[in-house]
Amino acid sequence: MDLMKLTAVELGKKIKAKEVTVKEAVEAAFARIEKMEGKINSFVTTDKEAALRRAGEVQKLIDDGTLTGPLAGVPVAVKDNMCTSGMLTTCSSKILENFVPTYTAEAVLNLERAGAVVLGKTNMDEFAMGSTTETSAYGVTRNPWNTEHVPGGSSGGSCTAVAAEECSFALGSDTGGSIRQPSSFCGVTGIKPTYGTVSRYGLIAYGSSLDQIGPIAKDVTDCAAILEAIASYDPKDSTSVKRDSYDFTSALTDDVKGMRIGIPKDYFTDGLDSEVKDAIMKAAEELKKKGAIVEEFDLSLVEYAIPAYYIIASAEASSNLARFDGVKYGYRTSEYEGLHNMYKRTRSEGFGAEVKRRIMLGSFVLSSGYYDAYYIKALKTKALIKQAFDKAFERFDVILAPAAPTTAPKLGESLSDPIKMYLGDIYTISVNLAGLPGITVPCGVDSKGLPIGMQLLGDCFQEKKIIRAAYSFEQTRSYVRCPICEEGGSLDE
Amino acid sequence: MSKQYETVIGLEVHVELATKTKIFCGCSTEFGGAPNTHTCPVCTGMPGSLPVLNKQVVEYAMAVGLATNCKINQYCKFDRKNYFYPDNPQNYQISQLYLPICHDGGIEIETSAGKKVIGIHEIHMEEDAGKLVHDEWEDCSLVDFNRSGVPLIEIVSEPDMRSADEVIAYLDKLRLIIQYLGASDCKLQEGSMRADVNLSVREAGASEFGTRTEMKNLNSFKAIARAIEGERARQIELIEEGKKVIQETRRWDDNKEYSYAMRSKEDAQDYRYFPEPDLVPIVISDEWLERVKANQPELRDEKKLRYKKEYDIPEYDINILTSSKKLADIFENTIALCNKPKEVSNWLMVETMRLLKEEEKEPDDICFSPVNLAKLIGLIDEGAINRTVAKEVFEVIFREDADPEKYIEEKGLKTVNDEGALRSTIEEIVEANPQSVEDYHAGKTKAMGFLVGQTMKAMKGKADPGMVNKILLEILAE
Repeated sequence: MDLMKLTAVELGKKIKAKEVTVKEAVEAAFARIEKMEGKINSFVTTDKEAALRRAGEVQKLIDDGTLTGPLAGVPVAVKDNMCTSGMLTTCSSKILENFVPTYTAEAVLNLERAGAVVLGKTNMDEFAMGSTTETSAYGVTRNPWNTEHVPGGSSGGSCTAVAAEECSFALGSDTGGSIRQPSSFCGVTGIKPTYGTVSRYGLIAYGSSLDQIGPIAKDVTDCAAILEAIASYDPKDSTSVKRDSYDFTSALTDDVKGMRIGIPKDYFTDGLDSEVKDAIMKAAEELKKKGAIVEEFDLSLVEYAIPAYYIIASAEASSNLARFDGVKYGYRTSEYEGLHNMYKRTRSEGFGAEVKRRIMLGSFVLSSGYYDAYYIKALKTKALIKQAFDKAFERFDVILAPAAPTTAPKLGESLSDPIKMYLGDIYTISVNLAGLPGITVPCGVDSKGLPIGMQLLGDCFQEKKIIRAAYSFEQTRSYVRCPICEEGGSLDE
Repeated sequence: MSKQYETVIGLEVHVELATKTKIFCGCSTEFGGAPNTHTCPVCTGMPGSLPVLNKQVVEYAMAVGLATNCKINQYCKFDRKNYFYPDNPQNYQISQLYLPICHDGGIEIETSAGKKVIGIHEIHMEEDAGKLVHDEWEDCSLVDFNRSGVPLIEIVSEPDMRSADEVIAYLDKLRLIIQYLGASDCKLQEGSMRADVNLSVREAGASEFGTRTEMKNLNSFKAIARAIEGERARQIELIEEGKKVIQETRRWDDNKEYSYAMRSKEDAQDYRYFPEPDLVPIVISDEWLERVKANQPELRDEKKLRYKKEYDIPEYDINILTSSKKLADIFENTIALCNKPKEVSNWLMVETMRLLKEEEKEPDDICFSPVNLAKLIGLIDEGAINRTVAKEVFEVIFREDADPEKYIEEKGLKTVNDEGALRSTIEEIVEANPQSVEDYHAGKTKAMGFLVGQTMKAMKGKADPGMVNKILLEILAE
């Protein structure tokens, strides 16, 4: 039996039924990691020793009946921007090359409480700034579907680790599409929850008002179960929301009869690859067949989302990243004269080009004389975008949209033209600006053999609607493993 | 100086609030402590940490705003002020710029020039920074984050003050209001109250303000007064010489009595303020505001009126007794125990003030309890000790908060009320001093005083002077 081929929930069931031990599950994951890492580089850090030690503890808690949840004993990979006590946390940046936190992010703690076993930390775009996982200081991550292509980003390592079956599931973070876009590029499922649903405590901030942690897994069932485990009201995060219910798995029903699904016409313009478009339209047909009412509509303001996002996210980032200065932790330049020279050299050497670009952009839009023209205008745009979605959700239960204009581009193609790369975020970004939940589910494979994903977006706190729609759609097709897994990638031969 | 000049002054006053924990985390605000022991990931700016607002800070800020007649912004926000400095772990300070909690207030001050209202532009909440320690030997700097995240309010006045006198009166009034509220101990020397002085001069009668400078590092009322005089003179001299005053921040050196330019407007930093995304806006409900209003303690002005009405004591005494919350509290609490306002006031006004002066202390440093003062007054009242002994006992109460009953018992200071013993002592004194008895009968009243003194000496001061007088008169009349 190839344990890594199973979904998280399937593996959890086998562990609970004593068919598999936690140690076996963790060892299977590491066997897979050893086999795959040279090809794809999903991880910045792995810690087999700690994972095996934890596996022993979890096994005891399962055996004595303390841990009964679906994720008990299941191996997880965590994006490297979430603090893990005693384990290196780099944000894929040189500036945090030696940073070992003294505390664990609340979302990861919640997973640990549920009995999941952390394998290590996954690669990402430096400080989550990027859409390709090429800006990491620890090497690019490659798409397991075709290693000449990027996995998307910024949660690229988490998505490849799931797709290449190096872990049973992973955590990612999504500021402008960083869970949904790489999930689409890697043929896996990921949820960006409503802002405030998962605590940001211990998540190293990029754009504080947009960041949200979410699950990445093989299917919708896993994602719902993981979200149920990580979502919580956390008094340590002032933006955390006390929700009426943290139940998501009850929405796993194959029923979209009468569900009103809107397709924003403005998303289906020239920039959208025709194969992606066809796949989405085909998915819409499937949902229609199941009884959903699918209609097109004008969302409006779509072209303003990208500039508004890059202003707000960069502004917040310019301030959030100010703390990395070589004084307290992380990288410090080896030679310097005086304080200002130390700051300058540390930050010049410690940050990569994309991070510097966004710090400069953010500092510029906040500087006196430009604040009103850029930052305030962006905030107003954000409010208008939220209103446009509010209007849409008066008519529709969920919105169906592409996750990205194309399938995964080739390595090296995107960074040469950052504006083009930024435009690639067009379908994911407004969801963060409006604080909405969104899910990406695979809906096809293009002629190049690369996966296509579609997004289902819901109104704030309506995760259950998108989970139900996604689950229903998922029933119309079977999970497609990436070729690398099929080509003798299994471990049980 | 041929022309007449007017000084225009506005103050920015930082007050450290008396909360037990920091503004955005649960760390202790206690002063002292080994470096970096009152710290956590939040107040040391660790990646991924998030601030959570201490509600008590909002209540204190509201209380100060209400007591200074401000309007309260029931919807207010925090903003980030961005600047790099190693004492500031995040390299931004969480403060309020766009929607501060209080605005448009003012307090009335009184100087020799009369009464006047000083406007308060705004009061905002913010966090304090850590402390840098420069090690000259090792040639390095160390940072202590114990103070990082201690809550502050900044009270920004309008440019309504015209002299050092007015500035001192304003600061003193502010200090008393805040002390009365219990929101801070407001000690300038210890830095729990800090004032920056914005000052400009203009020709008398001019309608436009001159160019102002901001002065920092003012650690006492006296330093503030000297700095104002010094800066006024410096600016007038520049103008008289036909030079321009430059808008800049200056650091006052109280030893040299001169200020030095720190930075000018040209190289002033752009703080790139923007709304703090890690905190939600503060919404102050009508109920919350009403509750804070209802809990406002009696402030000094009201207290003065009440003392005048309730206790028959002079206005001068009332002024002194209310000049410190501590003193007023002791006064009231002692009265509550012994119901002798006049007597209590006397002990505080005379002996307490004398001892404070002797020991170079402030009323806030008083450490005796009202219970012991009330006991002392009771002992005098019942004639257990006389006033001379009482003064001696009070010194012990003042220094050690001693229980007067135990103390006089241990030291055997109780007045001798045994008439027989006293009578025989007096008879001996009379017998031993025939000349004085003769003088007394000859109408020399001074002789009576001598005989009383001799008796007291023989009794080691423990005799009740009233009784000594009475018996002596009886014996002399025989």
